[in-house]
Amino acid sequence: MLATRDAPRHAAPLTREPALAARGVVKTFRGRTRGTTVRAVDDVSLVVRRGEIYGLLGANGSGKSTLIRVFSTLLEPDAGQVRIFGLDVRSDELAVKRLINRVSVEASFFKKLSAMENLVYAGRLYGVSAADARVKVSGILGRLGIAADRFDEPLEKLSRGMQQKVAIARAFLTAPMLLLLDEPTTGLDIRSKREVQTFVRDLRDEHDATILLTTHDLDEAARLADRIGILHGGRLVAEGTTEELTATVGGRDLEEVFMTLTGRRLEEADQVEEARP
Amino acid sequence: MIWEMRAQGGLAYAFVERQVALMRRYWLWELVWVVYSITTSLAVAYIGLAAPVITGQQVDAAVTSRFVLYLLVGTIAWRFLGIVFEDIAEIIAWERWEGTIEYTFMAPVPRLTHLLGMAIGTIVRAAVISVSVLFAVMLFIPVDLSHANAVSALALLGVGTLAFIGLGIASACFPLLWTEKGLQMAYIVQALVLLVSGVYYPTTVLPEWLQALSVISPATYVIEGMRRALMDGADLASLWPLVWPALLVGAISIPLGLRLFVAAERYAKRTGRLKRSG
Repeated sequence: MLATRDAPRHAAPLTREPALAARGVVKTFRGRTRGTTVRAVDDVSLVVRRGEIYGLLGANGSGKSTLIRVFSTLLEPDAGQVRIFGLDVRSDELAVKRLINRVSVEASFFKKLSAMENLVYAGRLYGVSAADARVKVSGILGRLGIAADRFDEPLEKLSRGMQQKVAIARAFLTAPMLLLLDEPTTGLDIRSKREVQTFVRDLRDEHDATILLTTHDLDEAARLADRIGILHGGRLVAEGTTEELTATVGGRDLEEVFMTLTGRRLEEADQVEEARP
Repeated sequence: MIWEMRAQGGLAYAFVERQVALMRRYWLWELVWVVYSITTSLAVAYIGLAAPVITGQQVDAAVTSRFVLYLLVGTIAWRFLGIVFEDIAEIIAWERWEGTIEYTFMAPVPRLTHLLGMAIGTIVRAAVISVSVLFAVMLFIPVDLSHANAVSALALLGVGTLAFIGLGIASACFPLLWTEKGLQMAYIVQALVLLVSGVYYPTTVLPEWLQALSVISPATYVIEGMRRALMDGADLASLWPLVWPALLVGAISIPLGLRLFVAAERYAKRTGRLKRSG
């Protein structure tokens, strides 16, 4: 049995507000050269409805992770407003934190501690008792294909794919109302990628979870997301279902939609960003 | 109210349990740290034993024994307080190094509860190391504790711990404000406190301007008080003139440190410094 929305530990707001509503979000950082600034997120507005999987598609450096950090209370926007289930991420920070969790591109664990130790610790931070956490962890990790005899090994001894699955288990363990997945399958082999994608889709289908997924994998966006937003240069340049995007922007698939909107193929955009000094 | 306190206690316990688990997993490094602490304490004690040889003077055995105890109280008390300070000051740097900082700061845990849990965890660690050092040193060197008032000494150490928790929290702000140089700044603070607090010598030997600094260091009062308790059996009532200044520093430094930490966290979230390591 997975720890998900059908057994929430936290009372959800009673309002029928969308899961996430961002309006005019701007985030600027100091540039590498003295006196310059980089506008990482530029006037982004979007709404994620309850129970949907929203895919945020963009090349490296397009502002996806910055936006996720703003949504998860780790960054304060310079302008704009973000509401999670009607709660403001700044003024209602602690309440928002109880409703969300995030999986980042790096697994981010205490590497010497085992998967079980890390997850029991993570569960405690969200008010899940150690006994409950152990039962839930066994269920989630088992479903993600991790054998029970690996639960107590130091995480540094697990493969990158396994570590990422443990990171996903950490997020589900806390029964978040809104799950922020920041490139959860980047760097995984094909098999692990498919397992994680299936798990995410099953979770939504079985438990009606709301998921915001960032990716620079066109296939992943098409497979998982109900609606897709395309982020380019910090701006949300298009939004809709795959069918709506191909119909309105033009093109046979997401690849062509992306190219029409940004002037580049997604891989090229990634290479340009990586080559930036 | 009671339910809320229990809930916060449970959240704080998460950090204690994590610290203990990390101590177990990094046991070899902890062992190195204990051995290092024992050898440095022993080295300081041997300086005391060698006083007659070094000075070329005849020194009464009782005087030498008192001198050794004087040095040992300073070195072991400082070991304890130093660990409390370091572990708390390193909260940010350590989690950045592990890569877990964003998950800790994203969790629905009030900052006071987070820091309180870390403080309790570090007191456990400091106590284990300091007691190990004390017993190991006593195996090598005869230590005369026949006049010691252990209750007074422990009370003073408790008061000093509160003050050092406050100083540690305030110093933990540096890595939030300056991602590359912040931790080094915290170590400089610790070194300055060591210099002016009379850990190995009376503060009266310091230049006047450093003596002025020793007045605001809680360690000055704690170590002096512990010496009087362990060497002369002083009770808490007679130690009150040394207790209240340390208590005052704790009463000011904990809420002030917490306010500074929360402000530094906000700044880090505005500028994107929470995760960055450079």
